[in-house]
Amino acid sequence: MNKDLKEICKDIRCDIMTCIGHLGVGHIGGCLSIVELLAVLYFEEMNIDPAEPRKAGRDRFICSKGHAGPAVYAALANRGYFPKEELLTLNQGGTHLPSHCDMNLTTGIDMTAGSLGQGFSCAAGIALGSKLENDGATIYALVGDGESQEGQVWEAGMFAAAKGLGNLIGFTDYNKLQIDDAVAKVNDIAPLGDKWAAFGWNVIDVEDGNDVEQVSAAVKQAKSYRSTGRPTMVILNTVKGKGVKWIEDLGAGNHNTNVSEEQAKAAIAEIRGED
Amino acid sequence: MEMRAAYAECLAKMMEEDKHVCVLDADLAKASGTRKLYERFPKQMFDCGVAEQDMASIAAGLASYGFKPWIESFTPFATRRICDQIAISISYAKQNVKIVGTDPGISAELNGGTHMSMEDIGVVRSIPGMVIFEPVDETQLRAAMPALDEYVGPVYMRLFRKVTPDVFGPDYKFDLFKADLLREGKDLTVFVSGMFTRDVLDAANELAAEGLNVEVINVHTIKPIDRETVIASARKTGAVLTVENHNVIGGLHSAVCETLALERIPVSALGVADRFGEVGKLPYLRKALGLTKEDIVEAIRKAAATK
Repeated sequence: MNKDLKEICKDIRCDIMTCIGHLGVGHIGGCLSIVELLAVLYFEEMNIDPAEPRKAGRDRFICSKGHAGPAVYAALANRGYFPKEELLTLNQGGTHLPSHCDMNLTTGIDMTAGSLGQGFSCAAGIALGSKLENDGATIYALVGDGESQEGQVWEAGMFAAAKGLGNLIGFTDYNKLQIDDAVAKVNDIAPLGDKWAAFGWNVIDVEDGNDVEQVSAAVKQAKSYRSTGRPTMVILNTVKGKGVKWIEDLGAGNHNTNVSEEQAKAAIAEIRGED
Repeated sequence: MEMRAAYAECLAKMMEEDKHVCVLDADLAKASGTRKLYERFPKQMFDCGVAEQDMASIAAGLASYGFKPWIESFTPFATRRICDQIAISISYAKQNVKIVGTDPGISAELNGGTHMSMEDIGVVRSIPGMVIFEPVDETQLRAAMPALDEYVGPVYMRLFRKVTPDVFGPDYKFDLFKADLLREGKDLTVFVSGMFTRDVLDAANELAAEGLNVEVINVHTIKPIDRETVIASARKTGAVLTVENHNVIGGLHSAVCETLALERIPVSALGVADRFGEVGKLPYLRKALGLTKEDIVEAIRKAAATK
């Protein structure tokens, strides 16, 4: 299964490059950094059915760092929610695939996000709803590390622990970079694990959040913590722009950057190990 | 009965009948009159603590899961403080969340300028998809609550929480999207919202003795405004006055002016003259801000003379 997941990661990465390269610009860094998480959730762990995308009691994924929409769309298309060709409509006028996640436009998107911090509170509300319905669903929510500077993330963290939302599993895409500079230089969020632990969460630190086996093991561990009655934060130490060297090398400059179709093609060859 | 007590009774009935109706607080359940419901509905009442932004987005999450959440706070914290959460988590995401702001405008009294929202309608009115409703008395509030529950979509209710003078009788028929004609007239139309409605009606009755025949219409739903009623009445009387417990910028006056922009009819305003509030009891505040019954009478006379 893990070998398959690695292949799936390559497929998702290539599709991200294709659609952003087709458009010419996009939030490439923070899309490439979360691919392993998306592969594990959508292809291994989540109780979902692309044929019934709104099925009651399904597991849900809230991408609170809504600008990673293209990565989620690539995962959804690979999982069969809509044809892969639709990825090429990213951010074109009238598209169902806007830069930031929109539950009313895109099949398979569970919550609208884009104004940072809000999606994480929405996820807490969804987890509360699932708990009240007692439907056994697991609610997964991803926040960015820059996003974690938003006070609302911590308001939601406090609420989720106080209300015993053991069905909520959070992830931090800890790639250490944000738009203006390194997170540590702009307004440091460290020590991140200690903060979440202090907020009453179980904390799992994944040394390499771009190692699909480590991510898979961490999600399984997080699910096993449900009985603690506490939410769990999985900190994914990732690389922004992971998988394409020139994008990785841009550092903080890779948050939202130009990508030509030629660059995308070269990147796909690099991802496939063909260069 | 206090408005908040009637509001809490309505919520209790709704929660009893529908387990998906729920209420979220940000440490102001006592002020909203709903604190006592926590024991009765432990699985439908949730206090988020002093975290209004979180409360708004949590409510959106619950709504996306099929719940029908009502969130409560004082008007400034239920609107301007959470403007972006209302815009994005609630309205942009099309979530069925009811937002209740208590103590509008000068009714915040002793909490003073920080808690005295003069801009809340303006803040919410500029967000697409929002309905804004302000009840004037207990009868209207009780009639409105089931209608608000039934309406699927985000609503901001601006709730005066103490006892109000009666405006409507037992035969009152409520329509969320239709303004209420309170008094027919031919010389001037007064469009009034909220706590000054009774005074406007009394002033109009008094001025009848002077031969001034004033039409009074309660605009309980400020967005979407009942264009048909507003335009028809303004055309009939040929002069308009708006009276509101809100800044004259962004609230009822603005909504009426926008509606009548092509009508060549003078529209006068009585409201808060683009200033912050201050601490004080209602009689002092009404005097300080020029919103007494006498100010209303004077404003009606002046507005009628603009024809």
